[in-house]
Amino acid sequence: MKKSVFLGTLTVAGLAAGMAAAGTLEDVQERGTLNCGVSTGVNGFSAPDANGVWQGFDVAICRAVAAAVLDDPMAVNFVPTTGQTRFTALASGEIDMLARNTTWTLSRDVDLGFTFVGVNYYDGQGFITNRELGVSSATELDGATVCIQTGTTTELNLADFFRANNMTYEPVPIETNAEAQQQYLAGACDTYTTDASGLAATRASFSAPGDHVILPEIISKEPLGPLVRQGDDEWADIVRWTLNALVAAEELGITSTNLDQMTAGTDNPEINRMMGTEGSLGEMLGLEADWAVRAIAASGNYGEIFAANIGEQTPVGLARGLNAQWTQGGLMYAPPFR
Amino acid sequence: MEEHHGLNYVRTEMLGEQAPPVSEVGAVRWVRENLFSGWVNTILTVISLAVIAWAVMAIGPWLLNSVWEAESLAQCREILAAAGAVNEHGTFGACWGVINDRWHQLLFGFYPPELYWRPILAFVLMLVALAPVLFPNVPRKWLFFSVAYPFIGFFLLWGGTVWLPLMIAAGFVVGYIAARLTSGYSTLITSAAAIIAPLIWWFYLMGPVTEALHSMIPIGLEAVQSNDFGGFMLSIIIGVTGIVLSLPLGILLALGRQSNMPLIKTICVVFIEFVRGVPLITLLFTASLLLNYFLPPGTNFDLILRVIIMVTLFATAYMAEVIRGGLAALPNGQYEAADALGLDYWKAQRLIIMPQALKISIPGIVNTFIGLFKDTTLVVFIGLLDPIGLSSAIRASSDWQGIYWELFIFIGAIFWIFCFGMSRYSMYLERRLKTDHR
Amino acid sequence: MAMDSGAPTGSFRLSMLLYDTRYRSYTIQIFALFLLMLGAAWLVDNTIRNLAALGKDFSFSFLWNVSGYDISQRPIEYSSTSTHARAAWVGLLNTLILAVMACVTATVLGVIAGVLRLSNNWIIGRLMTIYIETFRNIPALLWIVVFGAIMAESMPAPRDFRGDTPEATMQVFDSVAITNRGVYIPAPQFERSLGTLDLGFVAPSLDAIAFILVVVLSIWANKRLIAHATKVQNATGVRPKTWWKSILILFGPAIVLLVALGFYLDYPALAGFNFRGGIHMRSSLIAMWLGLSFYTGAFIAEVVRGGIMAISKGQSEAAAALGIQPGKTMRLVILPQAMRVIIPPMISQYLNITKNTSLGLAVGYMDLRSTLGGITINQTGRELEGMGLMMLIYLLLSLLISSAMNLYNNRVKLRER
Repeated sequence: MKKSVFLGTLTVAGLAAGMAAAGTLEDVQERGTLNCGVSTGVNGFSAPDANGVWQGFDVAICRAVAAAVLDDPMAVNFVPTTGQTRFTALASGEIDMLARNTTWTLSRDVDLGFTFVGVNYYDGQGFITNRELGVSSATELDGATVCIQTGTTTELNLADFFRANNMTYEPVPIETNAEAQQQYLAGACDTYTTDASGLAATRASFSAPGDHVILPEIISKEPLGPLVRQGDDEWADIVRWTLNALVAAEELGITSTNLDQMTAGTDNPEINRMMGTEGSLGEMLGLEADWAVRAIAASGNYGEIFAANIGEQTPVGLARGLNAQWTQGGLMYAPPFR
Repeated sequence: MEEHHGLNYVRTEMLGEQAPPVSEVGAVRWVRENLFSGWVNTILTVISLAVIAWAVMAIGPWLLNSVWEAESLAQCREILAAAGAVNEHGTFGACWGVINDRWHQLLFGFYPPELYWRPILAFVLMLVALAPVLFPNVPRKWLFFSVAYPFIGFFLLWGGTVWLPLMIAAGFVVGYIAARLTSGYSTLITSAAAIIAPLIWWFYLMGPVTEALHSMIPIGLEAVQSNDFGGFMLSIIIGVTGIVLSLPLGILLALGRQSNMPLIKTICVVFIEFVRGVPLITLLFTASLLLNYFLPPGTNFDLILRVIIMVTLFATAYMAEVIRGGLAALPNGQYEAADALGLDYWKAQRLIIMPQALKISIPGIVNTFIGLFKDTTLVVFIGLLDPIGLSSAIRASSDWQGIYWELFIFIGAIFWIFCFGMSRYSMYLERRLKTDHR
Repeated sequence: MAMDSGAPTGSFRLSMLLYDTRYRSYTIQIFALFLLMLGAAWLVDNTIRNLAALGKDFSFSFLWNVSGYDISQRPIEYSSTSTHARAAWVGLLNTLILAVMACVTATVLGVIAGVLRLSNNWIIGRLMTIYIETFRNIPALLWIVVFGAIMAESMPAPRDFRGDTPEATMQVFDSVAITNRGVYIPAPQFERSLGTLDLGFVAPSLDAIAFILVVVLSIWANKRLIAHATKVQNATGVRPKTWWKSILILFGPAIVLLVALGFYLDYPALAGFNFRGGIHMRSSLIAMWLGLSFYTGAFIAEVVRGGIMAISKGQSEAAAALGIQPGKTMRLVILPQAMRVIIPPMISQYLNITKNTSLGLAVGYMDLRSTLGGITINQTGRELEGMGLMMLIYLLLSLLISSAMNLYNNRVKLRER
């Protein structure tokens, strides 16, 4: 009797607290910083430089969101997460968004209770091996020792791939990309498997990249994208449209260098709407009118971010491929700003 | 033969001392007795010498070929190759350049470099604060500084407004005042007041008061995010906080386990056995994955703080067992004497039992601390950048890919210095305490 | 003389709940119970509401879903189509294998190092001190990572064994291959194997069971033989010769059994990417095993040293006076007595080993923490259930070990009057 009364009181008190908890946007604005979950270090995607400033492709998305919401691309608190801790960190509210090479799957979207806001990189799982082994196809890997990062979808894909091809393998589970590189380079495994972009990034950091070959087979679809908690659609919209703005900016020819010119007003009404000189798209999102300008100013449009962090001119050296604009034969396609 | 003093067989002068046999003096004797006193010993000596020779041969040249000035492993290998330090596997020599390049990360994580003076000052002040606790010949007055230190350390490390640590400290004053106001009543009421009043202060009043004070008199240091903490700084923060907090809690828990109230005793035993029965890593995972389930929705606090809470609980259980050992070692007469003097339970504990029990337990407490300090490396599993986590981050950077011995030796050496120093201190204490009883 | 009993005899007043020591303990306990229930209710309530907010339920049914991932070291049948529960079971078996191996070697290392540290051989004493102080004062995790790095970086890769002039060769008459993926040793095999006893959750080999049974029976028979010889000696004064009978009894049946089963050794051989055949001890297992053994060995050495030093000097002097050799003194006089001091701290060292096996993921060892507490939790998002189950298993394991060791301790304990 006594206990149930107390439980009731506690529930009421707790509900009141729950009501008081505002939406993510308000939280971020009140806090003045965006808590963004990133990986603990993948060359080109997210890694702190020697001064401890985070750099990379995923990091740039966080910075764009921070710029759109807070008008300060540096107002991001980067929370390094491992494959194991990332979802809990997001679910618990420790981070506001997760930009960490996370594959969009049904179970993560539905069962784990997250909302993927889009795809910022279309990837697929591949294999890298030493040229010396003379392997030219993943189907020749029967009996090989495979290094693999645990807690990712790659683990499941790998099991499926080998089972489907009726081959055996010896998995070596490893927690971080860094250790996987070590093991692979030391020859403790014949091949290392992860997203092809990650493989390229990893190979780029080898002292002799030419000795290693990425096998042609891509054994899975890995659409990587930022995600937020389910149930806060306002916040999901902001992150989704910030990403879309970056992609659309490239399509429309808006770059960080001609941004002033574009803001001044153009003949293209869609550009004007995006730049906030026409219409009230920012207001609809609950942001200021120049939100997209700020997002693009943070580190440029999608193409610029790609080129600066993982493009062909960088050590990672990835071609645009599937990630080119739809007008260039790729899959990057932003819905209209209207 | 010329002089005859009759038949006298008694020698009038002593023979000169003969040199002892070569095998019984100096180095030879020492070697014989200590190294070759039997065939077993001889074999052991030969094996030991072989091991030492092998180790020196393996490590010596590698150390001699050390390179300190290099910005990447490739550059280091070039320098080594130019110096001719090459064997059949490639270049052969230690690349300490990695330490030269990244020592600040290993010590401070990503703490802003221009603010390094703050953790350093905090560390020095910590030593000052510990001195009166650790050494008897330091003036007792310094203890006031020791009590104030946690707040000073917190302020220096995290920065932010100066009012927050001050207001947290004020909570203890509130508790003291509440205890004084209710001192006329039963000790039970007094202690309840002393616990509840500060809790009310911390949870409900402190926030607004701090904000108000800060807006009126904004004094503070630049705030540093917990995410920037790392390296040995993080290990020391977690270790020291854990042990300091666990000591009073451990005492309470040990007393609870000794209590003759069955319910209290059961609660304490279950807690102690549970914590001691599971690996620390599961508790750390609880801190990082599960704690948010157990708290009201929307609450969210710092990962380092969560880790400190879990580490404290972990250390508390071990500490309780150490102190229980100390309590058990006290003769029953001490308890009886306290009763005979008419002291109540807490007075007896405070004046008679605890001073003696704690003194006996000090070596155990120090050992618990050494263990806890080493265990702080496990936070790497939940994504905090402790020295081992940073070493793998450094090994992932393109500059230093493929390096490991140098990093491990550096990290190991620092841990060794800390832990060995502490174990020596514990021995010193054991010796000091032993003489007290004679 | 009128004695004041001190206890007021008046009727019970409410204030006595606070002031009277007889009743106060009840007040405190009820208050504590109340707080405890309140705290528990608060936690449970929070958890329920948090789960509801996340749209999750509390159920262990995920354990019977297909796991979808592979495990390298499988003591029992397991594939990526098995269930999560089976994956957890494989992990637990791996934990136990590692714990038993590490306990045995740590004890051996520890006893040797502890005894040698007290040796009057100066150089070996110093060497052991260096070993103990180095390993004790550096975290276990670092040692595990170091042994992992040694295995991965310094050992030859399987491809180095290839070619006409290979860079690496197999050891011990070409029967053992040490590679950076682990050590391959010959495996005992039987042509006419009895098969395995498949109980579902464990699948022990019947050959091994038969062999162990025969060996145990032989030892028992030998004991009887010697007891009989002693009896004869006591009765007649002449001890019958038993050595050849002993040898026959001890080794005969075992050899007969092995021949009958068609015993042979399966040697590892290079095939494809890796060695095939033999027993593969993966480098993750070796790194964990060596790391834990050397680390805990240093602690056990100190425990052993403490135990030996606790035995009064009179004991060894008395032994010397009886003319017992130093080696025998240690074995027959000192160690049996020291055991009583040694065993309680030894229990906690064994517990530490068991708990430290949870560091396996650092080198990719698939123990309980890496399977149930790692991949399963991650793939299913069932942190609460998975962690709870894992903690419960570790707790049971710890309680089991400590109660078994306490039983043993009670047996060797000095019977005090």
